[in-house]
Amino acid sequence: MLKYTFRRVLVAIPTLLILIIISFLLMHAAPGGPFTSERPLPPQVLANIEAKYGLDNPLYVQLWEYMRGIVIEFDFGPSFQRKDRTVNEIMAQGFPITFTYGGLSFVAATLIGGTLGIVAAIRQNTIIDYFAVGVSIGAQVLPNFVMAPLLVWLFTLTLGWLPGGGWNGGAWQNLIMPVIALSTSYMASISRITRSSMLEVLNSNYIRTARAKGLPERTVILRHALKPSLVPLISYLGVAFVGMITGSVVIDIYFSTGGMGQAFVNSALNRDYSVMMGITILVGALTIVFALLADLLYAWVDPKIRY
Amino acid sequence: MDILDVKNLSVTFDTPDGDVHAVRDVSFRLGAGKTLAIVGESGSGKSQTAFGILGLLPKNGHASGSVRYMGEEILNLPEAEMNKYRANKIAMIFQDPMTSLNPYMRISKQLTEVLVYHKGMGKREALRESIRMLEAVRIPDAASRVHMYPHEFSGGMRQRVMIAMSLLCGPKLLIADEPTTALDVTVQAEIIDVLIDLQEDLGMAIILITHDMAIVAGTCEDTLVMFGGNVMEYRPTIDLFETPQHPYTKGLLEAVPRLDRDVKTLSTVSYGFLEGDEK
Repeated sequence: MLKYTFRRVLVAIPTLLILIIISFLLMHAAPGGPFTSERPLPPQVLANIEAKYGLDNPLYVQLWEYMRGIVIEFDFGPSFQRKDRTVNEIMAQGFPITFTYGGLSFVAATLIGGTLGIVAAIRQNTIIDYFAVGVSIGAQVLPNFVMAPLLVWLFTLTLGWLPGGGWNGGAWQNLIMPVIALSTSYMASISRITRSSMLEVLNSNYIRTARAKGLPERTVILRHALKPSLVPLISYLGVAFVGMITGSVVIDIYFSTGGMGQAFVNSALNRDYSVMMGITILVGALTIVFALLADLLYAWVDPKIRY
Repeated sequence: MDILDVKNLSVTFDTPDGDVHAVRDVSFRLGAGKTLAIVGESGSGKSQTAFGILGLLPKNGHASGSVRYMGEEILNLPEAEMNKYRANKIAMIFQDPMTSLNPYMRISKQLTEVLVYHKGMGKREALRESIRMLEAVRIPDAASRVHMYPHEFSGGMRQRVMIAMSLLCGPKLLIADEPTTALDVTVQAEIIDVLIDLQEDLGMAIILITHDMAIVAGTCEDTLVMFGGNVMEYRPTIDLFETPQHPYTKGLLEAVPRLDRDVKTLSTVSYGFLEGDEK
């Protein structure tokens, strides 16, 4: 297990390097640059600014310098647009916010979606099942950019219960709507995956064996069926968790939460190379880490898998 | 008193295409310590008869008629009542040992939970009893293997585990649903040996569902032949083999390949008897 983990971490390093190189090249291949604007700067000024940020060097030198900064000093460089901030600062400000509402969304989506899926499978083809399936289809087809305005209309404009946006240090009033808007579609997916895998397990031979042993239905489900039916969920949850904690552009912009999603979109629009790269690398690294964690979790849950 | 008295047992499935009658009016009796064979081709309703008795039918299946265990009616009892019979008084083992054990649980837990639940034993005592039963079905090194997972056992070994699991509570009746069909021929004989030995030791009755006419001839007092959900013939095994009455039984017995005759083509069952039938 330790050897396997070590090997996976070793493989992650070249993966991350390739990710950095490809994103770096793609970003520079896009037309324009960080200092392109509608009113062109005088060429002399532009050349001076570019020299300051090292943009006048050949691409491979820029890439080399950039990588050196990350590896040696863990420094993602200064922001090209907001001259008083470094990328590290921008990420340090945005990530805790997205991590908070993303993490909560993950917990909510997993608990509610999982429960809904399990209950639906146990009560297959009853009104409860139809309700659960209906809810998850509804949640799936309502994208968060529709959910967000609906929530604001209901809770802020109509009922006046919750503030329409802002972060306010993560007060619960400010958290509710982002969490609902972000978690619904994930919840729907989790519920559908759980329901179908639970149904498959409940029709399996070993559940029939458990019933033939005269165990009460409760024990059959909790002890025999629950764990196997959650296994297919693991790989999905790994990816979903990263997707949630690295934030959603729509949520950040709609609720003005100030999370990383917003910073990412702004950086892409403004060609803020260093911020865009920093966030890309962060998301990439998190994806790799959680894919690994999901694999290790598989080995822990399924006795047939031993690395 | 008979251990099991089945009268007019029928099993019906609701399907989108209408009702399917999988078992029609099956009746038989089974005395203590006796063995009954239920034979017939795939889809003849053998397994559904067994599931009907134990109330293990899928949700869209219904059983009707009467099943008496030691004189008490057990058909369609509420689940909580039925659970007192399952494994405790009537145990069942299944066709496919590869998938009939829970792959996510250690053998020890799957065995001991039966004793903890039905007999109220403590974990330690249940484990000791489980190991004893694994030794009884001739699993070598049972004391350490009990802590393994099912995938660490071969098919034959898993079926032994299933047998051990079904016998933990000392049931008076064991329903064995094609216990050897999925296994190698050599292993088949061993499993049947284990079953017969334990039957003698424990004095339980067995319903053996099988395709294998040789096993039937060697081990079962009575034989019930099924086809299309109906009983074709139900008689003592010796009579049935000597003078099969129903054309289907004759065909079934003819279809067993024999080494002592020189034949070019193997015989198949002719369904000629269906003609002139009311359906």
